[in-house]
Amino acid sequence: MNASHSPFSRREFLRVTALAGGGFALSSAFPHEGWAEVGQALDDTAKIFTPGPFIKITPEGIITILAKNPETGQGIKTSLPMIIAEELDVDFSTIVIEQAALRKDVGPQFAGGSRSTPDNYLRMRQAGATARAMLIEAAAQIWQVRSTELSTNQGKVIHEASGRSLTYGQLATKAATLPLPAENTVKLKRDDSFRLLGSRVGGVDNPLIVTGRAEFGIDQKLPGLVYAALEKCPVFGGKVVSANLARIKALPGVLDAFVLEGTANINGLLPGVAIIARSTWAAFSAKRQLQIVWDESAATGHSTEAYAGQAVALAAGNGTKIRQEGDVTAALATASKVVTGAYFYPFLNHATLEPQGCTAWAREDGIEFWTTSQTPGSGQELVASTLKIPKDKLKLNLVRAGGGFGRRLANDYLVEAAAIALRTQGAPVKLTWTREDDMRHCFYRPAGFHFLKGAIDAHGRVSAWHNHFVTFGYKNTERPASSASLSPDELPARFIPNFELEQSIISTIVPTGPMRAPGSNGLAFVMQSFIDELAHAAGRDPVAFRLELLGTDRVIPPAQGQRGNPYDVARMKAVIALAAEKSGWGQALPRGQGRGVAFHFSHAGYVALVAEVIVTPDGALTVRQVTAAVDVGPIINLSGAENQVQGSIIDGISMAWLQEITHDRGRTVQSNFNDYPLLRSTETPAVSVNFIQSKNPPTGLGEPVYPVVPPAICNAIFAATGHRIRKLPISKTDLGWS
Amino acid sequence: MPTYNLKVNGALHKIEAAADTPLLWVLRDQLALTGTKFGCGIGQCGACTIQINGVPARSCQTPISTVGAMRITTIEGLSPDGSHPLQKAWCHHDVPQCGYCQAGQIMTAAAFLQSNPTPTENEIDSAMAGNLCRCGTYLRIRAAVNEAAKLMQNGGRP
Repeated sequence: MNASHSPFSRREFLRVTALAGGGFALSSAFPHEGWAEVGQALDDTAKIFTPGPFIKITPEGIITILAKNPETGQGIKTSLPMIIAEELDVDFSTIVIEQAALRKDVGPQFAGGSRSTPDNYLRMRQAGATARAMLIEAAAQIWQVRSTELSTNQGKVIHEASGRSLTYGQLATKAATLPLPAENTVKLKRDDSFRLLGSRVGGVDNPLIVTGRAEFGIDQKLPGLVYAALEKCPVFGGKVVSANLARIKALPGVLDAFVLEGTANINGLLPGVAIIARSTWAAFSAKRQLQIVWDESAATGHSTEAYAGQAVALAAGNGTKIRQEGDVTAALATASKVVTGAYFYPFLNHATLEPQGCTAWAREDGIEFWTTSQTPGSGQELVASTLKIPKDKLKLNLVRAGGGFGRRLANDYLVEAAAIALRTQGAPVKLTWTREDDMRHCFYRPAGFHFLKGAIDAHGRVSAWHNHFVTFGYKNTERPASSASLSPDELPARFIPNFELEQSIISTIVPTGPMRAPGSNGLAFVMQSFIDELAHAAGRDPVAFRLELLGTDRVIPPAQGQRGNPYDVARMKAVIALAAEKSGWGQALPRGQGRGVAFHFSHAGYVALVAEVIVTPDGALTVRQVTAAVDVGPIINLSGAENQVQGSIIDGISMAWLQEITHDRGRTVQSNFNDYPLLRSTETPAVSVNFIQSKNPPTGLGEPVYPVVPPAICNAIFAATGHRIRKLPISKTDLGWS
Repeated sequence: MPTYNLKVNGALHKIEAAADTPLLWVLRDQLALTGTKFGCGIGQCGACTIQINGVPARSCQTPISTVGAMRITTIEGLSPDGSHPLQKAWCHHDVPQCGYCQAGQIMTAAAFLQSNPTPTENEIDSAMAGNLCRCGTYLRIRAAVNEAAKLMQNGGRP
């Protein structure tokens, strides 16, 4: 079938009036009410107790808790409801957890920056405590007793004096008639009385996942669903000149094929050719037969090799000074030892196992999405601004994502699905990227070059540190690209008296963006490896050297004008000491075997790792053991937290050992897991996870462990073999020794 | 388009599809069995693993025309109620993070335990080496397969 006799409903739901300049316009009028009847908002009927958006208790005793943020594998759909359940005092295993759609009354809904836990901890506790206080008040009124005589236990209000009790369900209708107490009048539990928080709780979707019934982004099923694929220019930002659309439209199963002109917004709707078909395979097969003439003029001069040459040339000159303290030149001149090192880490792809995609349904009243976005609010705004559709006509359902890692902070797939949905005349459409699309169209972790010089004084201490950082700017040499900047406060700034950072910028066309622990995920490798070099140059033990460098216990605020958290030196030293202790640091190992230590602070988390590796004389690497010491304050879900640490370590080994994205003629060279590998089960080390549950506010754990892995591994390789790894991935270096 | 009679999870389905259509997309798009996942399309990641006559297979590399009357089992058909020892062990060890690869992991593990009911940890790792987990849950996968093997030795129904 081809597009000349339309496969879609004859009724024209939405008329596409223009493609140029990013302007799609909807001609149909939208109803006034918006989405109230479509949304999954918890009911607020008279008999059901709904003290705010997060909790619903029916007279039948069904207790539902709303999970507000996107679930990408970080476990937030389990841990935020746990915080509510703790204060509400209910048996968590009996609770129904409902995933929130994007809505206006639950605060920001995003999965990024390891912020979900710290930003929502108090709000979730208050929601649970408020509901509990109202249930107690309801019982007090029914029994005509003072509320102070009452207590709760796992879903019941109890009057101990008379032996009476009522379940929350029995109290729901009465509680629903009570006014909400003022927020600051509700008493929270004492931390030491927690029963649920800090325990091991399995992911709430596990039973669905192990039976294949959990619905991910790619799994959406809708009546009359059609399937889309999209081919974008392999050269970033390249436009379509022409395409064999007539031939593609004639292929079996293909319903339509058309050029998306797109916009110049690299974070938005890029040019490409879209295919709509009766099945994913029909769309993918047709995609392979596309013959597109692209405008690839932007590509010239953009390759990994060219970038490396530019970096060396820039490092030979002067960069912009971004931090300067003391007198580095003098300290270098009087040093007992000077160490230099040129470090490099490559571009990386997030490689979520579920490729990007989105399901969208354009109807008379707007567009409904089923999205895995980590920032659905930003996605809604992107669609609104790109396609000129009012925000309140865009309904976003948040669907479990097959991994995020920061890739889904961008919303390119969302606006693509919207643009395609406007062409299906009312049929819902599922856009699925191939793995090759995903590998070649990413907001890559930016590569970075660091040219370092360090001085050791006569006492064996670090007296000077100079770093010329060569980074990337998106089509400019003035401002670093997304996630390509270096904070002047980055460690070890503030710990070394003579300290200088210079920065130079290479102009690139490669889109960059945040990936798990952005910034830190490259910087920790450089800083913690070079500190290791300095420790060895000083003839010192790398653990003792680090502890001495950090100095006395104190809290160091960020420099004037800098964002970010203060450094708590006691917490830093505590994790290093614990990792050393738990790993057997200092015990002798045979040649070819070694331990490496690294520490980093990011996303408010304090993490130290000791890695132990074995390298055979012919250079075969085995990571035998990784010992982690982590302080992110109190742990919410011990099972989920340990899983994040184990996973971050395995992810970090993939990054350190195996992964690089390279560019040639303005395009990404890698295409799939055959040339962009992930660590496999047989390469996985033993992992020991040790938490210091300090009495600080709880912070997130999706990110802070990941950056620490490469330097721990590389420092261990040095201890085992004498090979200093200054360039990632490790697989590029021959580790053989004799 | 040619027609095929597929035997999936014990039921017969008449399917019309191009001969080169990978079983993966027939299962997902035509039979709504979306537990089997698309990860790479080139047989590298194992997210699409199913069993054909009890042997693990990459459904993204299996054209529908090659299946004939063989028995296809997907994650949805592994057990009627999620009570396979592997499914229990997976929940007990809280294996998943994002969960996207786990159906493929479980289908590989289920076939493996049929052929090796008393595996060592190294044998488990080797058997599972074809299934990528982007979140890095390999340690828990190994523990869960180990536990499931013990459950099955003690009479747990596979």
